[in-house]
Amino acid sequence: MSAAPAYGEDKGGSAGPGEPEYGHDPASGGIFSSDYKRHDDLKEMLDTNKDSLKLEAMKRIVADPNQLIRASALRVLSSIRVPIIVPIMMLAIKEAASDMSPYVRKTAAHAIPKLYSLDSDQKDQLIEVIEKLLADKTTLVAGSVVMAFEEVCPERIDLIHKNYRKLCNLLIDVEEWGQVVIISMLTRYARTQFLSPTQNESLLEENPEKAFYGSEEDEAKGPGSEEAANTALPARKPYVMDPDHRLLLRNTKPLLQSRSAAVVMAVAQLYFHLAPKAEVGVIAKALVRLLRSHSEVQYVVLQNVATMSIKRRGMFEPYLKSFYIRSTDPTQIKILKLEVLTNLANETNIPTVLREFQTYIRSMDKDFVAATIQAIGRCATNIGRVRDTCLNGLVQLLSNRDELVVAESVVVLKKLLQVRPAQHGDVIKRLAKLTDSIQVPMARASILWLIGEYCEHVPKIAPDVLRKMAKSFTAEEDIVKLQVINLAAKLYLTNSKQTKLLTQYVLSLAKYDQNYDIRDRARFTRQLIVPSEQGGALSRHAKKLFLAPKPAPVLESSFKDRDHFQLGSLSHLLNAKATGYQELPDWPEEAPDPSVRNVEVPEWTKCSNREKRKEKEKPFYSDSEGESGPTESADSDPESESASDSKSSSESGSGESSSESDSEDQEEEKGRSSESEQSEEEGGKRKMKKRKKVTEGQGDGSSSDEGSDSSSSSSESEKTSETEEEQVEPASWRKKTPPSGKSAPVAKEISLLDLEDFTPPSVQPVSPPTIVSTSLATDLEGLTLTDSPLVPSLLSPGSGAGRQELLHRVAGEGLAVDYTFSRQPFSGDPHMVSVHIHFSNSSDTPIKGLHVGTPKLPAGISIQEFPEIESLAPGESTTAVMGINFCDSTQAATFQLCTQTRQFYVSIQPPVGELMAPVFMSENEFKKEQGKLTGMSEITEKLTLPDSCQSDHIVVQKVTTVANLGRVPCGASDEYRFAGRTLTSGSLVLLTLDARPTGAAQLTVNSEKMVIGTMLVKDVVQALTQ
Amino acid sequence: MIHSLFLINSSGDIFLEKHWKSVVSRSVCDYFFEAQERATEAENVPPVIPTPHHYLLSVYRHKIFFVAVIQTEVPPLFVIEFLHRVVDTFQDYFGVCSEPVIKDNVVVVYEVLEEMLDNGFPLATESNILKELIKPPTILRTVVNTITGSTNVGDQLPTGQLSVVPWRRTGVKYTNNEAYFDVIEEIDAIIDKSGSTITAEIQGVIDACVKLTGMPDLTLSFMNPRLLDDVSFHPCVRFKRWESERILSFIPPDGNFRLLSYHVSAQNLVAIPVYVKHNISFRDSSSLGRFEITVGPKQTMGKTIEGVIVTSQMPKGVLNMSLTPSQGTHTFDPVTKMLSWDVGKINPQKLPSLKGTMSLQAGASKPDENPTINLQFKIQQLAISGLKVNRLDMYGEKYKPFKGIKYMTKAGKFQVRT
Repeated sequence: MSAAPAYGEDKGGSAGPGEPEYGHDPASGGIFSSDYKRHDDLKEMLDTNKDSLKLEAMKRIVADPNQLIRASALRVLSSIRVPIIVPIMMLAIKEAASDMSPYVRKTAAHAIPKLYSLDSDQKDQLIEVIEKLLADKTTLVAGSVVMAFEEVCPERIDLIHKNYRKLCNLLIDVEEWGQVVIISMLTRYARTQFLSPTQNESLLEENPEKAFYGSEEDEAKGPGSEEAANTALPARKPYVMDPDHRLLLRNTKPLLQSRSAAVVMAVAQLYFHLAPKAEVGVIAKALVRLLRSHSEVQYVVLQNVATMSIKRRGMFEPYLKSFYIRSTDPTQIKILKLEVLTNLANETNIPTVLREFQTYIRSMDKDFVAATIQAIGRCATNIGRVRDTCLNGLVQLLSNRDELVVAESVVVLKKLLQVRPAQHGDVIKRLAKLTDSIQVPMARASILWLIGEYCEHVPKIAPDVLRKMAKSFTAEEDIVKLQVINLAAKLYLTNSKQTKLLTQYVLSLAKYDQNYDIRDRARFTRQLIVPSEQGGALSRHAKKLFLAPKPAPVLESSFKDRDHFQLGSLSHLLNAKATGYQELPDWPEEAPDPSVRNVEVPEWTKCSNREKRKEKEKPFYSDSEGESGPTESADSDPESESASDSKSSSESGSGESSSESDSEDQEEEKGRSSESEQSEEEGGKRKMKKRKKVTEGQGDGSSSDEGSDSSSSSSESEKTSETEEEQVEPASWRKKTPPSGKSAPVAKEISLLDLEDFTPPSVQPVSPPTIVSTSLATDLEGLTLTDSPLVPSLLSPGSGAGRQELLHRVAGEGLAVDYTFSRQPFSGDPHMVSVHIHFSNSSDTPIKGLHVGTPKLPAGISIQEFPEIESLAPGESTTAVMGINFCDSTQAATFQLCTQTRQFYVSIQPPVGELMAPVFMSENEFKKEQGKLTGMSEITEKLTLPDSCQSDHIVVQKVTTVANLGRVPCGASDEYRFAGRTLTSGSLVLLTLDARPTGAAQLTVNSEKMVIGTMLVKDVVQALTQ
Repeated sequence: MIHSLFLINSSGDIFLEKHWKSVVSRSVCDYFFEAQERATEAENVPPVIPTPHHYLLSVYRHKIFFVAVIQTEVPPLFVIEFLHRVVDTFQDYFGVCSEPVIKDNVVVVYEVLEEMLDNGFPLATESNILKELIKPPTILRTVVNTITGSTNVGDQLPTGQLSVVPWRRTGVKYTNNEAYFDVIEEIDAIIDKSGSTITAEIQGVIDACVKLTGMPDLTLSFMNPRLLDDVSFHPCVRFKRWESERILSFIPPDGNFRLLSYHVSAQNLVAIPVYVKHNISFRDSSSLGRFEITVGPKQTMGKTIEGVIVTSQMPKGVLNMSLTPSQGTHTFDPVTKMLSWDVGKINPQKLPSLKGTMSLQAGASKPDENPTINLQFKIQQLAISGLKVNRLDMYGEKYKPFKGIKYMTKAGKFQVRT
């Protein structure tokens, strides 16, 4: 294995005794073994101790044509933890950061923290690499580079500005681990760059209870209510959320539905820290869902919910029941759920919560029972209404058989009684009785303290308790002994007559105790309370010292104020700052300049839904190319890769321009439309296209670099191809395009909407115009007719060979019938050729009831008759449209033309060129399709173009007259390409004319339908050479 | 990020360790053992343990602790999620994830772990990609490897890593193209003493087993998608399409995967298909207690309830139980005080019951807690929430796949308080 020695050393000793350790890197093993022989020499070079040789070998590997090998080489190289290799590693990382393959760039990002941990002096250079990789537009790289950023230079927040919007938009397609890292970084970023969305809500915060309810209502109303909430407040300065802030919130929200708990938690903390109050509610549902997960996940989520539920109680209130405890839950989960339940308890739900607690008290899990009693105590202090109920409940627990329960109740009762001791004399009496039975030291100590503190409420009992305690003093625990001394001292001060002797007895016992703490306390107390000759000064104040009014303890959650740590972080969980924890900054007072995030590319400035979709779906666009393209992948060398890159970019560009040319051309006559408008339109079209690509079957969450590469360069290439077209295009072509050209994009849209009719576009890169719906076709017909200046020129070249005679005036006894191929889509059936029939009556009587009689048609051919013409007056003429499905053959359609009196047998034989309809495709699509139609499907013919055919204009006109084909834009000036589809079967017909300046030319037709191809070649050659 | 991983069995032996950065001495686990001792039960070991220089994050599955060592701040769920992913991967590779199996396949385990993390950061965690890199062991391959000394490292370049659908292998071929979907719903409920429902939720999942050639693009639609308002998806599902049309559209991973999980929350009404009648009483005076439970069906939509198992943790004071079941078998472990009754099918005409007496510790007062009853059951061909798949369509490939959909309702954490 290449790096085995160094690698193995590092791991040395890691294996336990008797257990095997494999000191090699399986990744490298896998890669090299794939091509064992080829890399033998490299292995040798690497195994030597000469650095120069190693370097040489690495250089060679890093330049391997296969991206996977390049990536793995870098991975191995960067895993060698030997300082001497640092410069080589730096070189390799820099190289890889500008690699063509996103996978190699990703590996480069992974290598950065490795190098940084090896030699932190390289920081500056590494930051440069990080900066470069941050600008990368692929999802593959994004997660890894942000991870490197967090590890190397988390303080360089300025590097994020330019990439912020891109990261937001890519986020949904990044793999899960990357998402977590990016979201947590963006949370910090947003805290430094945007204003607090809750600043205007500070007024509400003064009355938290109200705020909770408010937020709940807002939740129900949805995000739209946020503005309302803001305007309703008497705001000093109206708060408007930065669109970038909104972008982040919007783009992270779908991730709440991730299967990964870590991602859901990351989004939840982002919302908690960044979203306006009214919107935070959405995270509750997702977090509650996580509670069904593994217990470790529950543990972490509950910790965070506990913190959140203190700040935003309303959010989790509807899910109260989801936090109910099962006897099978692990204790640590039970205690956390209890914490949440306590936080959620309020005036309205406290009865149900207390009923739940009652069940818990009878649990077998004693730790849990103790926690429940504490929770009851907290509810009692927090909610005044139930204080007495809770107190009674706790007093009842005092008779519980389990000592632990009793002890815990005493401790909690002590705290509760401190709040209002005067009313609870009887409770104290009851507690005093317990000193006989209860043995838990903490509980005994608590009772003694209570009696001492409130001895004036139980003046008769207190001395008696002291008597008993004095008797058992020596057997007590230390903590109890201290409280006995305490009690004695307090009683001595209030009731010295009865207790003087007792006190002295206790103090004497304490004087000889084994514990020095107790001895000290006894000596100290004696000096204080017993008046002596010398020091009377202090004893005068003894009462104030011992019986000072003490503030009641506040029972509050241990999760209070934990939210100063970023939620979901390790530090929050431990409630202590972990190494490497990045503080969550406070919101700035004034918003920093938002323009720092502006990127020059105009696309980014439009911050809308649409942009997001665009970005998201861009990858699909070119991925499909990549996949179907034969060169894509592993074995292509950098050159060819770059070539394919640029190819795909020009492809996408020209693809658009061809579909655009229709509208563009018209506009150009009026004057060039403004830049922005153009891009606007482009966007729209691209969107459409992309949507289609999505259905094509690329994953939702994916991308590749080719995608963004092409997108960045597409705008340029578009422009160039447009201008080129302008120069090349002959006028006639331009005029002819509108009707059919228009139909193409509209048709596309239809195919998009109708998903049932979905066919994979890899087979049909452009939807054929055959799908044009009836209504649409009629619309289009209307359109061409009203477009008066275009009509004549549109129809004349379109109607191929001009008018053909169907019935001569003489044979028809005065009825003359001609027909033309209109080249418009037939409205009834897209497979039919639309034929215009012109009738003229040259007789002197009206001809009535013109209609088509029963046709006798060869198999497959069908006719859509024209509506009966009731009457044709003498000298008049009229036109009717009929459709004929020729079934992609040149067989004649024979039918009867009937009048009221006569029947004529007529037949229409179509020229082969009329059996097809133009198709618009880009040059690349053309090439791709052509590549599929070789061999038998390709027919080539050499010809010599006459002098008359030297101009572009004429050539194009001649070809389009013969065949109803659409021109395909072409880079070379002496090459002409046309594309169409046969009407019935929709097979592609591709025609290429390669004209040399000398006049020699070569005509190639590619079509599955060989007969059509042969005939077409014949016709075109004839037309061109004539 | 993740520095090292230790695998510790229930007797406290570290039987496997893996380091992605420098080596961390295994003495770091002493902190873990301390916590384990304090926790008494395995499931109560805190998942996050801070030590002076490291943090130990652990998950407990299949009686093995997977302890990750980290040095700096990392979201704890990130690590926990990853560890669970490791366990899932092992299960996927070896069928079961247990100490002997891991020891038997130690080479593959190391190879897989090496690929899953790079310098502590997750690299290839999708099972489809991993299997392309490192082949899962088969008997034949193990034999061949033993003889030739080769490994399971794949000899093909892992092109899957470059794919736009990283969860799917390329070049998948099957002679029989099949796609099966299991809609499995689990009812989590707490029923109180009197038989009324305190809380009931449904946790549903759609598990898929898709064996289709090529790059199929599937869409799955539901009769009543409104039920699914709280869902989480496999990354392959196109979220936008779900948002706009409520249709699941996805290119599936190859093999088994969880397509979707959903949650029907406690706010909705959930049908409870069984009831439990119980009479468990301890008397202060005598050392005998009465015990009687009956299980019966309700709201089952005409389906039979099968695989019923009743378990209950009895109070410590119970010494032994003498019970007679009307059907099925029962056991009582006097050490752990666990009662388990395997009922089987419920016959509505003759409801199963378990009756008898409990002998209590003589002289001790009666236990003041009543045991809770945990229930397991299965109902075939029924999704209790009413979810129904409308149709499954495939695009992008020409063949006709065989499609199958199965429904099942199970008890999740189903508890009856007494």
